[in-house]
Amino acid sequence: MIQLRITEHIHNWLSGMMSEGAVSIVEMVLIAIVYLTVFAIAGLFLVLLERRVAAWFQLRIGPNRVGFQGLLQTMADAIKLLTKELTGTEKADKFLYNLAPYFVIISALMALAVIPFTKEFHAFDINIGIFFLIAISSIGVIGILLGGWSSNNKFAMIGAMRSGVQTISYELSVGLSLLTMVVITGTLQLSEIIEFQKNGWLIVQGHIPAIIAFMVFMISGTAETNRAPFDMVEAESELGAGFHTEYSGMKFAYFFLAEFINMFIISAIAATIFFGGWLSPFGITESIPELGVFWFLAKTMVLVFLMMWFRWTFPRLRVDQLLTLEWKYLLPINLVNIVLMAVLVWLNLTIRL
Amino acid sequence: METEVVHTNFKSEEYFINMGPQHPATHGVLRLLLTIDGEIIKKVEPDLGYIHRSIEKMCERDSYQQIVHLTDRMDYLSANINNEAVCLAVENALQLEIPDRVQVIRTIIGELTRIASHCLWWGVMGMDVGALTTYFYGFRDREMINDIMEETCGARLTMNYNVPGGLMHDIHPNFVKRVKDFVAHFKTKLPEYDRLLTENIIFKKRMIGVGILSKEDAISFGASGPVGRASGYSCDVRIHHPYSAIDKVTFNEALRTEGDTYARYLVRIQEMWESLSIIEQLIDVIPEGEHRVVTNAVIKLPKGEYYQKVETARGELGVYIISTGTKNPYRLKFRSPGFSNLSLLNHIAVGGKIGDLVATMATLDLVIPDIDR
Amino acid sequence: MTNEALQQLIATWIPELEFTEAESQFLNIEVPAQHLHALMSQLKSNPETQFDYLFCLSGVDWGEKLGVVYHLESTTHRHIVVVKVATENREEPVFDSVYDIWATAEFHEREVFDFFGIRFNNHPNLKRLFLTEDWIGYPLRKDYEDETNMILL
Repeated sequence: MIQLRITEHIHNWLSGMMSEGAVSIVEMVLIAIVYLTVFAIAGLFLVLLERRVAAWFQLRIGPNRVGFQGLLQTMADAIKLLTKELTGTEKADKFLYNLAPYFVIISALMALAVIPFTKEFHAFDINIGIFFLIAISSIGVIGILLGGWSSNNKFAMIGAMRSGVQTISYELSVGLSLLTMVVITGTLQLSEIIEFQKNGWLIVQGHIPAIIAFMVFMISGTAETNRAPFDMVEAESELGAGFHTEYSGMKFAYFFLAEFINMFIISAIAATIFFGGWLSPFGITESIPELGVFWFLAKTMVLVFLMMWFRWTFPRLRVDQLLTLEWKYLLPINLVNIVLMAVLVWLNLTIRL
Repeated sequence: METEVVHTNFKSEEYFINMGPQHPATHGVLRLLLTIDGEIIKKVEPDLGYIHRSIEKMCERDSYQQIVHLTDRMDYLSANINNEAVCLAVENALQLEIPDRVQVIRTIIGELTRIASHCLWWGVMGMDVGALTTYFYGFRDREMINDIMEETCGARLTMNYNVPGGLMHDIHPNFVKRVKDFVAHFKTKLPEYDRLLTENIIFKKRMIGVGILSKEDAISFGASGPVGRASGYSCDVRIHHPYSAIDKVTFNEALRTEGDTYARYLVRIQEMWESLSIIEQLIDVIPEGEHRVVTNAVIKLPKGEYYQKVETARGELGVYIISTGTKNPYRLKFRSPGFSNLSLLNHIAVGGKIGDLVATMATLDLVIPDIDR
Repeated sequence: MTNEALQQLIATWIPELEFTEAESQFLNIEVPAQHLHALMSQLKSNPETQFDYLFCLSGVDWGEKLGVVYHLESTTHRHIVVVKVATENREEPVFDSVYDIWATAEFHEREVFDFFGIRFNNHPNLKRLFLTEDWIGYPLRKDYEDETNMILL
């Protein structure tokens, strides 16, 4: 097996230069920088991808002038947003108004840290991996509610309330569908879940209940991130722009970016838990575990494309229809599914390749 | 000065929101004052006049040929049919004998305009409900009709092809072939529209049972066009008061009885099919003849009152001319379909939610310059 | 029903009506203002006439008189009749509203009030429709003058 052992080499090099404590701190700073870069690049790339995919569905071309095939388009937009005036209202609660975007960004970054890109590229591999993920995504709601309330704007508050209700409801379904898969693996730790999938992807191992869990997860995940068809709260044809009406410039960019990163995270979690994460199909490139990054990104991108496809095809659900879907349909299906999966595991009916 | 609305019975849990005049969902400059309680609408009051250009006053000083040019700024999506209304009123008053060729071409162009208007309506309807891609598909087909219009009439939006006495110039030699190509192309596209939007379960849930209008209310509020027909009220002017070459063709009236937004949607889709059928019946048999009857340069209608009704894409347009024998009308009144259709908005939107209001307004298909004149 | 039959039927309801068919395609009925509402209710409710569709309500400035012209149609019998009412009081013209008979009259009568200044009794919400609340004058009257907004040829 070819192992590049990058982290070992860097650790040894640094230990030769300074004391243990300093090495730990320097490593942590390096890892933080790497993840911030991943975050920024992923955000930039996803925004452009969304625009090109939308254009493809709508029989037009999309941005392809700035840079090769438009790759620098989002950079240009980011520079424009940086130079915009940060308008704030006088009566807004200054502290909370400035704090709100950071909640969503921080929760997105923390979730990113737990996802395994490949065997060694895994920042934070704690033994309660999935539980940590679900808990972190709940913190993002605070940012939305704070943003809407502190703007001191009637429409922003309505938008924030609706968005908060929607996110809280669908977190349940996300959590329960992930728990369905934990019933098979028996462990919450993400790296062990991937090891478990060397006998076949979980969606194959769990067959029927796993497929149901995957579908529920995709629906709830789309609703969690406030994307169409569940984007009534920020619908352009409705009242204003929802909870981020009063934000402009960089703060608006944070909310906007966080939405795309959340979409990436939902797809990444689905790829990790249902489709084998960084494992290659049928173990083709098992001897080069570093290629896992490529497989992981490929699977995630397919699911991201699926979410974009939803957005540009379906009409929007009304707010009460959204909540009816969750509480009357998805939640009972989820609960029955868990029981079904438990029965399957108990009777040893899972498929093992 | 802002229009102040004084609410005397204003409960404390209701609040008051302004929708428009710049708003993506009100098609044109319409301001709606909504009184809402949570998500439920209690009262809708439209505020009009943002695009009022006093067309009726201008008509009292203009000649009849000039008046035709004012009409296609009213409902610009059915521009040809509006022109036809005034031309027919003048020609009937002067008792001119209009050649068959003119009548057939007027009907074909009128039906093409109707299809173009409904294509735009469909695109915008999807966009209002959230399916953002339909806008492009609707416009792609409308562009084909606009290109035909540009070649024959000279303009894409405000055509002014009809003049009192006939057509301004004869049709372009490519006209027949291009219209046939368009009909063949569009017949493959309408099923695509159905697959994308009509059969979609989310769309149906947004539209069925929303904004119900009963037949008695439709007649009392003066609803016409697809809005009236979706409630079971047979109001097609082409059937009850036929004009031009309509009595030479056979077509069905698109009627439904439920009266909700889904019914209004289906009526318009069916109208597109019917218009295609009318065009097919006429396009191969355009009679030879003159394209214009010569009138005096200065048209003076005999003393009297004249009323002409036509069916635009929105409903029944009426032109009421009172003439005292001079070269300008004494009084000219346009009875616009959007005006009556807007008046029933308060009746059907109360008790529903804001999302329902957007869907209802999209199916009422209002063009505000038509209402404000 | 033909115009003659209509004329015979309606003439029996109220004596002071005037009928004419000259210079028009339809039967015109001229009614004094005090009988307007009664005539309109009868026209709608009588099963032989059943005029349930008010398709055009126009204000007209006849020179000395200010009036309103109603075009009525029946959706069952498909006949059309025109009712005209006029008043010589140009300072304060008042008629009865027909909103309780046909709901479409609400907006149409507001428009007539906006452009001609004619008031309607029992109207639920009589205020200007197109022009702003503080506009002075009634533009569609023949004696309206406005140097900034009117361009005469």
